[in-house]
Amino acid sequence: MAELVAYIVAGLATGAIYALAAIGFTLVWQTSQTINFAQGEYVMLPAILILAAVAFLGLPVWAAAILGAALFVVVFGLGFKLAVVDPMIRHGVLPLAIATMALAIIMKESAKDFFSSEAQTFPSPFPAGAVDVLGVSLSLQHIAIIAVAFVAIGALQWFVTATRTGRQMQATAQNPGVALILGIPVARMVMLTFAINAGLAVLASVLISPIYLAKFSNGDVIGLFAFIAAIVGGFNQVRGALAGGLIVGVVDSLAAAYISSSYRLAVPLVLLVVIILVKPEGLFGRREERRV
Amino acid sequence: MSETAASPVPAKASGLAGGLLGRLDGVLLTLVAGAVILWFLPVGMGRYGTYVLTLWLVTAIAVMGLNLTLGIAGLKSLAQGAFMGIGAYITAILGTKLGIDWYTCFALSGLACFALGLVLGFPALRVKAHYLAFVTLAFSTLVWLVLRNEQWLTGGTFGISNIARPTLFGLRTDGALAFHRFVVVVTLILALALWWLVRSPWGRAFLALRENPIRAASLGIDIRAYTLLAFAIGSAYGGFAGALYAPLVEFIDPTPFALSASFMLLLMVVAGGSGYQLGPFLGALLAVALPEWLRFTGGLYLIVFGIVVLLLLIVCPTGILGLLDRGWTALKARFGASDGSRP
Repeated sequence: MAELVAYIVAGLATGAIYALAAIGFTLVWQTSQTINFAQGEYVMLPAILILAAVAFLGLPVWAAAILGAALFVVVFGLGFKLAVVDPMIRHGVLPLAIATMALAIIMKESAKDFFSSEAQTFPSPFPAGAVDVLGVSLSLQHIAIIAVAFVAIGALQWFVTATRTGRQMQATAQNPGVALILGIPVARMVMLTFAINAGLAVLASVLISPIYLAKFSNGDVIGLFAFIAAIVGGFNQVRGALAGGLIVGVVDSLAAAYISSSYRLAVPLVLLVVIILVKPEGLFGRREERRV
Repeated sequence: MSETAASPVPAKASGLAGGLLGRLDGVLLTLVAGAVILWFLPVGMGRYGTYVLTLWLVTAIAVMGLNLTLGIAGLKSLAQGAFMGIGAYITAILGTKLGIDWYTCFALSGLACFALGLVLGFPALRVKAHYLAFVTLAFSTLVWLVLRNEQWLTGGTFGISNIARPTLFGLRTDGALAFHRFVVVVTLILALALWWLVRSPWGRAFLALRENPIRAASLGIDIRAYTLLAFAIGSAYGGFAGALYAPLVEFIDPTPFALSASFMLLLMVVAGGSGYQLGPFLGALLAVALPEWLRFTGGLYLIVFGIVVLLLLIVCPTGILGLLDRGWTALKARFGASDGSRP
C-alpha cells in the first residue's frame, strides 16, 4: 500500500510536468491552429541551453537559468511565431505541422551536435530526501514538483479567467473573428500564447531534467506524453490537458512498477487508442463541428 | 480541415486537371528514362557509391507511398518509418529463420502493412484526419518497442544479420550492381503502379478528397473508404521499401525505424513536392544521397536538411517541384502562351 502511494505520487509529479507541456500545446493549438510536433523538443531544449550557459559562459546556475529561459522564450516563443507560424499559416494547417517536425529535427540535432550526445546531470532546484507522511515515505522532490506545477497552472488559470488580458486571450482562442470585432488585439494575444507556451516549456524542462537527465533525445517521449495528455484530456481544454497529464503520468508510473518496465511506454499508448475509440473528444472535451 | 487540404497547391491541382495527359506522360517518360539511366549509372562507381544509389531508390519507394497518403489524400502519417521496419523485419525473419523466398516475403510485407494501415486508420479517421497523426505516432513508438524488446523474434538491439538477396530467374543478385539493377526494376514497377493509380478514377477520387473532402462527400465519394484506402496503400509501399531495405543492408536493427525516421520521410515528401509523382525521388535524393556525397558537412547535415525544408515550406509549401512549377507557369504567363490554368 505504501509502495502504491509512492508510485502514485511519483506519477503525479511526472504527470504534472507532462501537463505543463500539454497545456502549452493546447493553448497554441487553440489560438493559432498550430499542432506543434516539436513540443517535446521544447521541453528538452531549455535545460540544454541552461547547461550550455553554465559550461560555455561560466555563469552560476541561477544566472544561466534566467538567461536560458529568457533566450528560449524570445527565440522559440516569439521568434517561432514570427518566423515560422506567421508566414506559414496562410498555406494551411498541414504545411505548418510539418514545419514543426522540421523544427523538431533541427532542435534535436543542434542539441546533439553543438552541446552533447550524452545525458547530462541537471541540478535539482529542490532538496533531496524524503518525508514520512502517515507511514508512507515520499520523495521531497516529487512533492516540490507537484507543488510548483500546480502553482504555475493555478496562476495561469487565474490569469486566464480573472484578468482582462487573460479573458481577451480566451476570447481569441474561442473565436478570433468575433474577438477582433470586439476590439481585442488578436495578434498580440496569439503572440502572448506562444510566449506562455515557451515559458511553460522552460518550467517543465527545469522540473523534469533533474529526474530524467538532460539529453537531446528526451523530446521524443516527453512530446509523445504531452500529445497523449492533450488528447486524453480533450484537445480544446486547459483543465483537460491538466487532467490528461496527471492521468498519463500515473498510468505510466504504475505500468512501469507493476506491468513491465520495457513496455511502460506502451500502456499510455493503449490508453490513447482506447480514448480515441471510445470518447474521441477526450474526457473533458467538447465536440467540434466540421466546416465546409 | 477543408482549408488544410485545399490551400497548399492551387496551381498544381489545376495543372493536373488541365494538361493531364501531357503532364503525366512527361512523368511516365521521366520514370522510364530515369530507370534506364539508373540501370547503367553505377558502372564504375564502386560498391559504396552503388549502395548509396540503391538506398536512395529504396527510400524513394517509402516516400512514394507517403506521398500518396500525404500529397494525394492529405493525411499525416507518422508511421512510414515503422512500416518500413515491419517490412524489413518480416523479410528478414521469414527469410533467415524459415527460408522463405524473397518474393513471398516482399508480398507479405506489403500485405501486412496494408492490413495494419486499415486497422490503424479505421479508428483514427472515424474521428478527425489529424488524429491519424497521433495514432500513427503512438504506433511508431510501439513498433520500435516490440522490435527492441522481443529478442527471441527480432534479435533486439543485436538485430538480424545474413539476410539473403533475392534471385531472379535463377540469377543471383548478391553483387552490389546486380542488386541495384534489381531494385531499379522493382522501383520502376512500383512507381508505374502508383502512376496508373493516380490517373485512374480512384486517383481522381483521392485528389477530390484532398482538395475538398466535404464537397467530395457530397459528390458521392465515400470519404472514409477512400481515405483509408489511400493510407493503407501508402503504408504497403512502406512495407515494400522495407522488404528491399533488409537485403540491401543485409543486417537490420531497430535504430533506422525509430520515430525520427518517420519524421524524415514526411519531410522528404514535402521537400520534393508533396503531390507530385516525381517529388519522392527528389526528396529522397536530398535526404539520403546528398549527405553521403557531401560528407564534409559531417553530422550537421540533418540540421542543414531541416533548415532547408523549413525555408522551403515558408517560401513554397509545394516543395522544389512546386517551385519549378510556379516558375514555369509564371514564365508561360509572361510570354503570352495561353495557359488559362491559373486561378
